[in-house]
Parts: sequence; C-alpha cells; structure tokens
Amino acid sequence: MSRSFSPKAAFRPSEKGYRLLPFRFHRIGNEKEILVNECGEFALAPRGTAERVVRKTLSADEELYTTLKAKHFIYDDYSSALLDVLASKYRTKFGFIYGSTKLHIFVVSLRCDHSCHYCQVSRQSVDKGQYDMSQKAARAAVDMMLRSPSQHITLELQGGEPLLAFDTIKFIVTIAKDGAGRLKKDLEIVITSNLAFLTDDILDYCKMERIKLSTSLDGPAFIHNANRPRPGGDSHKLAVDGIKKARRALGSDQVAALMTTTQLSLNYPIEIIDEYVKQSLHTIFLRPISPYGFAVKSRHKTGYETDAFLEFYKTGLSHILEINRKGYSLVEIYTKILLQKILSPEGTGYVDLQSPCGAGFNVLVYNYDGDVYATDESRMLAEMRDFTFRLGNVLEHSRAQIFSGPAFVNLLQAASNQSLPGCSDCAFQSYCGADPIYHHATQGDLIGHRATSGFCKRNMRVIEHLFSLLQNSNPEIQAILWGWITERNLAEMRADLPQ
Amino acid sequence: MKLSTAGVSRRFGDPIVARVSTIPVPFDKRKDTTLVQSSLDPDGDYRGYAAIVVRDKVEISINTPLVHSVQDIDQFKSGHVIVLEPLNGYIRILYRPESPHNTLLVTERCNSNCLMCSQPPKDRDDIPALTERNLKLIDLMSPAPEYVCITGGEPTLLGEHLLKLLSRMRDKMPSTHVHMLTNGRRFAWSDFTSEFSKVHPSRFSVGIPLYADSASLHDYIVQATSAFDQTVLGLHQLARHGIETEIRVVLHSLTIPRLSRLAEYICRNLTFVDHVAFMGMEHIGYAPRNMDELWIDPLDYQEELEKSIVILTRFGIDVRIYNLQLCVLKRSLWKYSSQAISDWKNAYRDVCEACAVRGRCGGFFQWTTKKESRGIHPITEI
Repeated sequence: MSRSFSPKAAFRPSEKGYRLLPFRFHRIGNEKEILVNECGEFALAPRGTAERVVRKTLSADEELYTTLKAKHFIYDDYSSALLDVLASKYRTKFGFIYGSTKLHIFVVSLRCDHSCHYCQVSRQSVDKGQYDMSQKAARAAVDMMLRSPSQHITLELQGGEPLLAFDTIKFIVTIAKDGAGRLKKDLEIVITSNLAFLTDDILDYCKMERIKLSTSLDGPAFIHNANRPRPGGDSHKLAVDGIKKARRALGSDQVAALMTTTQLSLNYPIEIIDEYVKQSLHTIFLRPISPYGFAVKSRHKTGYETDAFLEFYKTGLSHILEINRKGYSLVEIYTKILLQKILSPEGTGYVDLQSPCGAGFNVLVYNYDGDVYATDESRMLAEMRDFTFRLGNVLEHSRAQIFSGPAFVNLLQAASNQSLPGCSDCAFQSYCGADPIYHHATQGDLIGHRATSGFCKRNMRVIEHLFSLLQNSNPEIQAILWGWITERNLAEMRADLPQ
Repeated sequence: MKLSTAGVSRRFGDPIVARVSTIPVPFDKRKDTTLVQSSLDPDGDYRGYAAIVVRDKVEISINTPLVHSVQDIDQFKSGHVIVLEPLNGYIRILYRPESPHNTLLVTERCNSNCLMCSQPPKDRDDIPALTERNLKLIDLMSPAPEYVCITGGEPTLLGEHLLKLLSRMRDKMPSTHVHMLTNGRRFAWSDFTSEFSKVHPSRFSVGIPLYADSASLHDYIVQATSAFDQTVLGLHQLARHGIETEIRVVLHSLTIPRLSRLAEYICRNLTFVDHVAFMGMEHIGYAPRNMDELWIDPLDYQEELEKSIVILTRFGIDVRIYNLQLCVLKRSLWKYSSQAISDWKNAYRDVCEACAVRGRCGGFFQWTTKKESRGIHPITEI
C-alpha cells in the first residue's frame, strides 16, 4: 500500500506573519548586532536585524527566520511557540535561586598581622582577643546558617586572619558539623587565610575535618609583598610555602589562591599569571579591585580607571590562553563564569554577577560580633560607619526578621537588573548582574547610574571582548574555552578537535 | 544471511510461535517447541509439538502442525524462536540468542511518513496479532538477550498493548537493555508518558529522530504536521521521567544544510539527551523513490558533519556515526563510527577485499546499490 507525499508548502506558516517573543539587542561595531533572548540565547546578525525583526519584514524563507524561530525570538502560526520549552530553559537559567543562601561567611576574628592597602577589613592588632567571635555569637550564627533552605551549605571562615583564632574555628566547625549532620545537609568548609600562621597541627586538623584552604597570591614577590605588607616583608614567601605545604598535606584540589588587582598589578599581568603557573595552580581569577573599605580611603594608591583594568584583563586572558595552548591547564574564573552564562543553558550562582544579586540571596556574612551583613563589602562599609547593609544581628533577630527587615527590603528594591534603569533593556542583562552595594558605595545610590558605572562599563566591555573572541578564535582556543565551561580537562577537549 | 524461508504448511490455522529444537525433546517440553528435522520417521512420536519443520517432502499424515519441503533448515538452531505462517508456509526467525541484533517488530503502522523511510508503513491493523505474537516471543526468549530493540512502524501507536509488552519484558528479562525506536510524538501527552514510565524495563532507552531545528523542515521530512512540536515536548516529558534518550539524525540533502544549527538546538533545548546518532541513509523503502531530493554524496557533507559533532562533543554530548563507511568519513571522525548494521543485513563490496580497516568498518546495507559515494575505496594506509 502506498502513500503520497505533501509538498514543502504544506508545512509553512500562513501569510499572517510572525509574532515576537521577548529579546534585547546590542550593536557591535558598524556591521554586527547581537540579539539576546530572555534565556541568554543569542544570535549574531547583520546590523539592522533587530529593526527588521520588529518591523516584521523577515520572510519565512530566510535562514535567519528559521534560526530566530528555533532560538525563541519569534513564533508563527505554523507550529506552537513551544513556550513550555522556553519556560524550562528559563527555570534552568535561574536555578541558582533555589535553596536561597548557600555561602555563609564567618568573620571569626578581626585580628590580622598584615596591613594590606586594599584590605576590606578594619584590622586589629594580633593580640586583641575582644575582636574574636564569641561562642554565643558563633552558636547563633551557625543556627541561622543551617536554617537556610539550601541542601548544600558552604561555610567560609575568614578574618582578619582566622588562624589567629584557631580555637574559635574549631568551635564553629564542631557545632556546624553537628547541626548539619542532624539536618542531613551537605556542609563544605573553607578557611580563607594568608597562611602565615599555618602549622602542621592545623593541617592535620584540616585533613581530618576535610576543610579546604583558600589564600591570597597577588603575583611574584615584588608585587605580592608590596600589596600585602607585614612585619618582616615576607608575605609572599609565607604564602608560597604555605600553599606547597597545604597541597602536600591536603591534596592539590583542596587549596586555592585568589589574587587582588592593584594599581601596581596592572602593569604586570604576565608576571602575575606566570607566578600562578610557577606555583602549580590551575585557576586564576583576574579580579578588579573592589571599591570598599581601605580601598576607598586609600584611593591615591589603588584607584585606577576601568580602562586600565580592561587592558590588564585582555592581555592576561590572551596570555592564559597561550599557556593552555602549550598544554598547561589554567582556568580564568571571570571568563569562565561569563562564558557559562553566554554559552550554556545553566545559570551561575557567582555572587558578584547574578540577578537577583548574590548579596543576601546567596551569601550572608556573620561578623565577629554577631552582626549580619549582605556581603563582605557591606561589612567594610559598616567599618566606615555606613550601616546601610547591616541586616541585623544573630543574637537579636531570626532569619525571617533578617529577610523582612528594613535593610534587606531596601536592598531588594535594587536587586534585580531586570528592573534597573539602563539594565532593563540591555542585551547583556542575562549575562550580567545587579550590584546595589557597589553602586551605593561608588555612586551613593543603590540603583545607580549605568552610564557612569564602572561595574557596567567593565562587564559590557568584557562581554563584548568575549563575543569577539568567540567569533574570531581558532578551534583550539574554542576547545580550551569550552573545557572551562564544561569543566573537562585539556587533553579530553583536544581529543575532540578537528584534525 | 537470510532470516526467513518457506515450505508447505499443513494442519494449522493460526500463526505458531515456538522455540526451535533440532533434536526430539521429552513430551512435557513439546508444547512450545518446533522440532526441525531433515526427514520424518514413519514410526516417530511427534505428538505434542507446537509444530514440525521438515526439509524433505512429507507424504504421511501426522496430527501435529507441519511445514515440509523447507529448503534451508540448516539456519535453524536450537534456541531460536520462529514463527510459522499457516497460509503460505512462511517461516521467519524472530529470535537468535547468539545475535547482538535482536528486534521486536511491534507494528508496521506509523503516524509519520518520512521521505526516506526504509520500512514504509502499512495501513492495516496488525497490532492485536503482533502483540500476541510478541508476548509469546518474550516468554520464549531464553536465554534472555543482552540487548533487544523494539521497532516498528511506530511502537507508541500500540497504546495499552505497548505497556503490556514492556511490563512483560521488565518481568521476564530484568537484565536486558531494551532500546525502543520511536518518533516520540506520543510522549508529548504527559498522561501517556507517566503511565509508560511506570512499566518500562529497568535498563531502557529510546531512540528518537529529530531532523532539524525547524518545525517546518522537520515536519516536511516526516510528512506530518505538528510532529516537531510533539517530538520536542515528548523528549522533555521523557527526560522528566528520567528515561534515557538518544536522538537519531538521518543524513541527507534536507538535513545537512541545518545540521550544525540542529546540534546547537540540542545543546540549548535538549541538554539532557544521552547520545546523538548521525546515520547514513538506507537506500530502501521510500528512499529510492525520493532519491533526487535526498541524495548527497557523504563526501560532500563531511565538513558540516564534523562541525556539528564538535558542537555536541565540546558540550559533553556523546556522538555516534552509523551506516557510513570509513573510506567516506574524515579520519578525525573515525572514532565516532560504530558498526551498527544488523548482522543479517550487513555486506561489503568487492573493493573492500583490499581494505586494511575492513574489520572495523560498518560496511554497507545489503541493498545499498542505486547511488554510491564516489569516495568508496580500499584504505591501504592507516
């Protein structure tokens, strides 16, 4: 028995044309335009495309029509808009919201031996015990932390220099593990330390309790020691020795280093990156300096233009890609986060680059005295007598009171870039974040003014740079970048390369 | 290899499904056994067998269903399951425990009508009869196969009958991996998918074709309005129930132009799929009739195929290539090539004799004859 076939024309939309789904666009150079939909899916097209789309002059016979329909920019009456699929993509993108606060930072002590220019902490001298977290505050803070709905909780113990208050650390770890065990939650613990006071006993303890270490490494000795003065001027040696010792004791994946960019660093991207390779580290985060705490006060030393940072970032990224190309795996975290947002269907819960903002939603900071802040930067502002983002105190308020109190509600009004002026119709909205604390600190206004915002300028330019990299790089570079996104190693990504 | 033959049937009115034995078995084992012999012993005891198959012509009269004058009885091995047709004496092997390619044909009906279909659908209701045959077949598959493929037509048209078959397989062959080839459209209905998810075997996956990121193009290729929407929604429903999914893309001149767009579509909209299979076209069924529209020499789509594979693999999706000979594939794609043509329809050409990689090449379908890639040649240097 034979059946007949229908012609192509039987499977076309009617003459009524198409309708629009939400999208935004951005011009790149004189020739290109990038269209981005609600889920971060993008289409690179010739300049003028957005206008043609909106004026409904696209024809169903164009390749571009099919592409834009497949990517959920337009729909027509031939088929359903598959809104369920779009909804499911949207849910995936915003998956990081589920579970609420996941990162809980405990300032176990304000004491520190370093006197870094950019330090976000109002440091106290090494022997002032009254700046350590009391057991009473620690108990209440752990209790509040464990009340977060999230199944997975990260407890970050920082300072000051937390190893100066090691007994306090031990106390917090004990009660946190105990509570997490009772509630059957996964608990990951990280100590953020300059490693100057690292001992074998401390390493044994970290190993036993499966605690990770995070430290600062600003580059080679001449940069690191200039950025991070301490008596003896040996911060770099202590950090590097500490990293080696800790990796031996705990395993190399248990120790991470973060660098902070200063005016001095800006001139030495290559040297800084090479230092990370020299120390056998496999991740580096080319972070801009944050405009808080002593960093604002000492602007004459650390204040620099966003332009200079962008140069630093681009030079650095290209050097990092070259290092990967030669076979050493080194992931640049800022790039990785943005590319994940651009190229993968997943969202990321990186607190400085998400909307609703990470502050409060995904991170809470418990100060030594029980005060609760939306971010570490919020705590810095409080050290400078600006209490805008002090959400409450663990000894006085419940979690519910913190999240319904005036400080949090105030933060909330500027927490989503979907509704911020300048962001609401920005093509890069879904790749970027809202940072009301940054804008409060730099512009005196939570909502802020995008045209003069360093946050906006930096992210716009970095995202544009990444699009140009994606367009103009060879398959090998693309494979390296995709390896970062999907967290697979270099060799595996190379195996799939065309030959 | 042939899987069917015919003889002269006698003394039965309905198809018989039974397990082959080439030697006589005790009376209590005979109910589900077909005895295969070269000749009949006039004094033999043939009572109680499901049927007897005999090579020679049988003149004597016995009380057991019989097919005689069967030419190739050597292909029947003990343990095979066969079906005997009463009207024409047709005998077909349904199950070979020694083969890795056993299938369960559940219907020849289909709600799509793909331009390149290798087994064009038939519009007659074969479902109740085939279901009965397959239930019996499942009971007789012993030892249970490692892998079995449910195929059609379109299996989901069976509705309740499919659920019955699947739950029987789940109970009878708990360690068998069951793969079902379906257009996935019916899974768009969540109540069906949810019933389905309750009964399927524990090691289970579905293979679903998706030919474009464009509803109009996909629907034209499968000749069914709304098929794209239903298949995409169906894939999402299956994922929601944790069912392993494979997407199958047949490569021809209608699917090649948007192949890399389809790969991107999968990475964004169907991120949960476990494998994507790219398949060379079979030149049988409807394909020869539509060859002018479908033909593209595989040599001419290697770049687009590689681009699509890079998009999928860098995202972490497993890729396989079926039905394409190594000599037409780019070397960098050899590692994805899989020998997937069922043993009984697999063949090689004369030129393959001199080829150094014949042993790991998928080869040809027996019937690939009308159009052939200009790239077919023996590979002498590895």
